Amino acid sequence: MERKELIKLKEVAKFYRMGDSVVKALNNIQLKIYEGEFVAIMGPSGSGKSTCMNLVGSLDTPTKGVIYLDNQDISTLHESDLAQIRGRKIGFIFQSFNLIPNLTAKENVMLPMMFQGSSISKRERKARELLDLVELTDRQHHYPNQLSGGQRQRVAIARSLANDPEVILADEPTGNLDTKTGQIVLDFLEKLHKQGKTIILVTHDPDLAQEYAEVIYWLKDGELEKVTKRYGKEFRVIHKKK
Amino acid sequence: MIGDYFTLALKNLKHRGIRSWLTLLGIFIGVMAVVALISLSSGLKTAITSQFGVENMEVITIQAGGLSGYGPPGSGVTEPLTKEDAEAIDKVSGVDFAIGRVISSARIEFNKKTGFVYMASIPEGNNLKNIYDTIGLEIEYGRHLKEGDLTKVVLGYNFYENTETFGKRILPGDKVTINDQNFEVVGIAKKKGSFILDNMITMQEDPLRDLLGEDDRVDVIAAKVRSPELMDRAKEDIEKLMRRRRDVEVGKENFEVSTPEATLEMVNTILGGVQAFIVIIASISIVVGAIGIVNTMTTSVLERRREIGVMKAVGAKNSQIFLQFFTESGLLGLVGGIVGVTLGLLIGQVGVGVINSFLGSEVPLDINFFLIIGTLAGSFLIGSISGIVPAMNAAKQNPVEALR
Repeated sequence: MERKELIKLKEVAKFYRMGDSVVKALNNIQLKIYEGEFVAIMGPSGSGKSTCMNLVGSLDTPTKGVIYLDNQDISTLHESDLAQIRGRKIGFIFQSFNLIPNLTAKENVMLPMMFQGSSISKRERKARELLDLVELTDRQHHYPNQLSGGQRQRVAIARSLANDPEVILADEPTGNLDTKTGQIVLDFLEKLHKQGKTIILVTHDPDLAQEYAEVIYWLKDGELEKVTKRYGKEFRVIHKKK
Repeated sequence: MIGDYFTLALKNLKHRGIRSWLTLLGIFIGVMAVVALISLSSGLKTAITSQFGVENMEVITIQAGGLSGYGPPGSGVTEPLTKEDAEAIDKVSGVDFAIGRVISSARIEFNKKTGFVYMASIPEGNNLKNIYDTIGLEIEYGRHLKEGDLTKVVLGYNFYENTETFGKRILPGDKVTINDQNFEVVGIAKKKGSFILDNMITMQEDPLRDLLGEDDRVDVIAAKVRSPELMDRAKEDIEKLMRRRRDVEVGKENFEVSTPEATLEMVNTILGGVQAFIVIIASISIVVGAIGIVNTMTTSVLERRREIGVMKAVGAKNSQIFLQFFTESGLLGLVGGIVGVTLGLLIGQVGVGVINSFLGSEVPLDINFFLIIGTLAGSFLIGSISGIVPAMNAAKQNPVEALR
């Protein structure tokens, strides 16, 4: 069966101007993410993986090339249109959780739905459902600073699911957690993947990438070094930089 | 949808530190000043009017001009009014009757202590009640002076109330010494709220003239008109008469004829000046407050950069971020307004209480509902306007930069 292409980057580059010189943060990136895939974007710091994540997550627009999200060219969209599409189709999970400190767990989960204009009753219902899913029903009225790191990241997972996005984009989601709580968070992501969600995991840890992902994009110095794909228990290179 | 922004803004305001609230000082001082001023306006008017002794709206006051010094009315004038002037004014058409009064400072002794006060005469006449009405003299304790009460006096309320000067209250029946002559107190006048009137000794004209060695001089003439409509006409006639009697041209008068309207107008001018002053102070204060809000909102945008980035990442449009900060800023202003209105009304209440206890009046607190609503709406507006630029800065944040 032909799987739906969800995100496609075509010869994408991102340059930054720094004083007089131009920094090529990312160059000539080709990437295709299919619906339901668990993909990892792998690279050491400085490899351009954060820039890549920003582009994949439509937080930023490319200097060159085209980005398709759900077959729509989003590389030239206005920031506010981009925000609306992003809010609907992509759920973000950050390394440092990034919950709004003045809002309770439940209100944090409700926030993305507010920006989409959902009714308050729908927001309440959905937030309760999602907090139930991440097993934090009893913590819904707590503020972020009253929650542990693992609990916060689970709230962030619930928030990422608020608008039923097709893609969950997780940027080093276990970076600030100990191994055990990190494991719980990854297990949630795995569970979501099994339910059909597309997961994009951005990480510097090759073991982590290889434990969970089906396809891994290896970045180095702003370029795509190779792409590996899981076949059974081993990964095979399906694309290599020429 | 807009309700959501208010809810969010309230949540954020609840978590604000004392620093944010201090920047509101300007707003609430400004609002407080305006609200206190307006709620006190009746009270202030009464207080100022009472100092001018405007008692009877049908009385024209005539005084000699050319003051050469400070003192009670008529003192130190080069060409004083005379008994004959009073008699002539009494005959002006439109004038019911005219009373000439002698006013002077006096030394009074009681309880072996001495005080310096003013004394004023009441004229001889057969219609004393009318005279008392005209000069606004009412009795609190004891009785009025009667004809033939040549060694009796009526004292102002302060002689009874204030025991500082003489060590004890002076009561009807007490004996006092005025300029070395003995008098018996028969009455204490009602409280007027005017320093001069409450410290005044009133006695018959003859003993006062004896005391002063004065024959003919009159310091002030009070002319009661037959009806208020005749006021302007009577004033003109009196002026004409006095010019003739004193042989002066128009514009070079050495006397002054004033109506209660003129006095009230002066009161309004004074009150207007006070109001303008307070409004200017309040405006400056509100401008300072608005700058304070700009400042606190700008800081807040910087502090919450990451939060803005997160909101954008989860789908907030620029306009939604703008509205969020704009609403918050407006609510900040509104809080300043609420505090200001509350304190302003409180000050008004205390002020009215003070005025009423001092004057013995029953002036109400002027609470204008529209003023309060308008003030609160204005505070919200000032807050939101102050928040426009910071909110625009918040909306313009690049999500990637903000999340870094």
